[in-house]
Amino acid sequence: MEQKKLTCIVCPMGCTLTVTLDGGKVQSVSGNTCPRGAKYGEEECTHPTRTLTTTMKVEGKDMVSVKSASPLPKEHLFDYMKLLNKVELKSPIHIGDVVLKNIGGTGIDIVATKSVF
Amino acid sequence: MKQIELLIVGGGPAGLAAAVSAYEHGVRDILILDRGDCLGGILQQCIHNGFGLHKFKEELTGPEYSYKYEQKIEELHIPYRLHTMVVDITKDRVVTAINEEDGVFQVKAKAVILAMGCRERSRGALNIAGTRPSGIFTAGTAQRYVNIKGYLPGKKVVILGSGDIGLIMARRMTLEGAKVEAVCELLPYSGGLTRNIVQCLNDFDIPLKLSHTITEIHGKDRVTGVTVCAVDERRNPIPETAEYIECDTVLLSVGLIPENELSKSASVALDPVTSGAVVNEYRETNIPGIFACGNVLHVHDLVDFVSEEAELAGIGAARFIQNGEQDEKAAEIPVNAAGGVRYVVPQKLSSKNDPIKLFFRVANIYKNVIIEVKDGNTVLLSRKKQKVAPGEMESLVLTPEILQKVHTGVTVALAQQG
Amino acid sequence: MIFDVAVIGAGVVGGLIGRELTKYKLSVCILEKECDVAMGSSRANSAIVHAGFDAESGTLKAKLNVRGSQMMEQVAKDLGVSYRRNGSLVIGFDEKDMAIIRTLYDRGLENGVQGLELIGRERLKKLEPHLSDQVVGALHAPTGAIICPYDLTISAVGNAMDNGAELKLNFPVDKIEWAGELFRIYSKDTTIEARYLVDAAGLYADEIAKLIGEDGFSIRPRRGEYLLLDKECGSFSDHTVFRTPTKMGKGILITPTVDGNLLLGPTSENIDDKEDTEVTAAGIQKIIGEALGDMPEVPHRKVITSFCGLRATTEGGDFILRPAKENPHFILAAGIDSPGLSSAPAIAEYVTELLKKAGLVMEPNPKFIPLRESTHWFRNLPNGEKNKVIENDPKFGRVICRCETVTEGEIIDAIRRNPQATTLDAVKRRTRSGMGRCQGGFCSPYIVEILSRELGIPFEEVTKSGKGSYINVGKTK
Repeated sequence: MEQKKLTCIVCPMGCTLTVTLDGGKVQSVSGNTCPRGAKYGEEECTHPTRTLTTTMKVEGKDMVSVKSASPLPKEHLFDYMKLLNKVELKSPIHIGDVVLKNIGGTGIDIVATKSVF
Repeated sequence: MKQIELLIVGGGPAGLAAAVSAYEHGVRDILILDRGDCLGGILQQCIHNGFGLHKFKEELTGPEYSYKYEQKIEELHIPYRLHTMVVDITKDRVVTAINEEDGVFQVKAKAVILAMGCRERSRGALNIAGTRPSGIFTAGTAQRYVNIKGYLPGKKVVILGSGDIGLIMARRMTLEGAKVEAVCELLPYSGGLTRNIVQCLNDFDIPLKLSHTITEIHGKDRVTGVTVCAVDERRNPIPETAEYIECDTVLLSVGLIPENELSKSASVALDPVTSGAVVNEYRETNIPGIFACGNVLHVHDLVDFVSEEAELAGIGAARFIQNGEQDEKAAEIPVNAAGGVRYVVPQKLSSKNDPIKLFFRVANIYKNVIIEVKDGNTVLLSRKKQKVAPGEMESLVLTPEILQKVHTGVTVALAQQG
Repeated sequence: MIFDVAVIGAGVVGGLIGRELTKYKLSVCILEKECDVAMGSSRANSAIVHAGFDAESGTLKAKLNVRGSQMMEQVAKDLGVSYRRNGSLVIGFDEKDMAIIRTLYDRGLENGVQGLELIGRERLKKLEPHLSDQVVGALHAPTGAIICPYDLTISAVGNAMDNGAELKLNFPVDKIEWAGELFRIYSKDTTIEARYLVDAAGLYADEIAKLIGEDGFSIRPRRGEYLLLDKECGSFSDHTVFRTPTKMGKGILITPTVDGNLLLGPTSENIDDKEDTEVTAAGIQKIIGEALGDMPEVPHRKVITSFCGLRATTEGGDFILRPAKENPHFILAAGIDSPGLSSAPAIAEYVTELLKKAGLVMEPNPKFIPLRESTHWFRNLPNGEKNKVIENDPKFGRVICRCETVTEGEIIDAIRRNPQATTLDAVKRRTRSGMGRCQGGFCSPYIVEILSRELGIPFEEVTKSGKGSYINVGKTK
């Protein structure tokens, strides 16, 4: 049995959650005030994910801001950064354009969050 | 001199939402002036997500949030001028501005909405001892270098202050290859949002040193390190705890200050606590026809509330333009902050007919409190809260029914539960 | 090329000497070890033109202070430098202070200071209503004035260059040889030659003098820390307010600046390190404490920046203005601490006389132009005139620094004009961009971009203040 302590971010309350795990499986979550907190605690301990927001190079222009269309596995964020930093895009880019498909084989696309003309 | 109905100073989130709102309430002759390269203000460099959850019920990045309003502005054909700096506003609403095409020019407006935003508190205001080398940046300046220009200001970073921009930049610089050695916070708690502490610091094992401050900056040409000390309850550094941290960069995230130089030129009265104007529920200042909204009025933690507030200013300006200045004004009801509440916006109410949302900030972290709205000793409204913190703006709505009961004034205060 | 005169040091003294020499048909070169002018004592001091009652009568300081103070208004006018005769006050809190103040009054009369008067409490409070109720009287010197010391230096060097002088930056002098008729001056891998040499090297004047074997004096730095307050406090004190001096020095002063800020300081501490410009917590406390004693409502929370300057003091206490014992072609302009700024125009005149006496042939230069357009020419224009400029060059309509309202046109002007700005701080000293309440938070990324474009160097090579003071380490990707 293993216990992990983390701060819930579902709302401003910031409850301190205690998640009890056994062999990677969540046994219980305590310290939460609402069910959303329990769900967050469970997900954080099994497959934590984060939306990645960063920038990409655009030939002859300032940077373009981009994000992952949905959250990516947290442990590989630096790998995705490396992949993104290698690419140089060409303008024009429209907000919402997919600028890189299926990053790292996750099935998740990277989209532009602003336009560069 | 050019005449116009509504002039909006600043094309950031506040200015844009105010313009759209005024348009929707019947104003057509609008002009937005902005000093920047594009609309959206500081949102353009806030490339992280977390915007729009309240307003659009979806999670957007700063540029995406801005784009929603930019589209609206284009759709409604609301004119705006970029690269245009307003240098003076008189209380008769004559606005002087300067840009490349028109040079120095003046516009006389029926109503003016001030939406200039805020600036970051700089090193000088903190009286940190030491040298003045390169490598000391406010978090927002570093954000511009990294996110817009694509340059990294340094490789080993110590951040002073745990405001949201500082936390966001801790993650951002880490992702771009810098090492953030520590975030020092003078207070025993962080002023930033909990989700930012978790996702920007904890995720990357960046230590948050509460009750700590930088007492000295070292380095001749470029920062070479900082001395960090723990502070006592009175926030005085404890010399025995001094620790040297080697770094090449210091980022400051020690507070935002509303930019009210233009408001002062227009004789707008300011609230010493918010450093913004004193306003009524439609965000009208003491000067008739001059409104203020967004971070120039008081510093917000969520842009969603900026938009909401700006919409009120838009309505107020539209009414003022349509009805002209009222000779007979209803007596204004003062709104005060007391007992653990630092400030309330609006600071006064001009009518009791519409529901009014009061925005306020508390002075400290409190658990299990009751927020009370009172008129003298009469409690008009109370709400239990498990936790309130200075970093999270609170709000309460006063319905017309409650407002009818108000006679002398409204006070928002905290009371302990049970 | 062999120069007639080389001046070592581009501070206010070196700059004004250089300018004075261009009034004659001479080839002049100013050598500076840093990347810009006004990088030593000239950039961080009290910015005061003293009336001249401080210095012991009969000294060079007394003579040149009074003369310099008389000359300054015209020099400032010619060079387009802001100057304001705001008058100074030495305030006393008790009879002991008043006794010293009377001595200063007598000394001032002896030194030839005009308009001095002893005033009582009532008149004093009328002149400066924010003064403490404890004051009893003061010495009023209406000829005391304020000026911007680095603007004066930049403008003096700029005018000297406009009149043909050469400025060599990043030129630390390592070795000087006397080759019979001329000096060979070495810096790293370059050499220049000059028939006469002036040592105006400020804190390093002793080390430069040693290069030709003159070791009769040494320069000791005296630290002075300052606090600069927001422009909204600029009218808090109209006069420059000094405390009654003690054996420990003049104490801290409260003064408006010509740019409209309020300045508090300096502390005074003798040290050995000529580069120690650290601001200390103790220093800040001392300044605030003393300022509050003089003016209990001084808005000390409105500090926008703090800084520390070093004054070049000598044991003898007086300026050292004479030919070197080892070589009469080498003129010393050393030990220029307070009232160095006030005396600078008179020092320039005096040194020029010394060169003449040393045999330098000086024929008036008919092409000499004494006037320089103000560094702040654009901001001083009325709106109509500004529009004519903007029509010609739209960049003057693009505001870059919002706190101080500085346009891109003015920044480019500072980069192109003599002496050219090549760093963020150099642009700041010329245009005031980044000197306002946000301290460059908004404008510095834009100015870096303009510098990069105008100088044709990569963005990451733009520095704050020369070698080692990089702003960005490189591209993120």
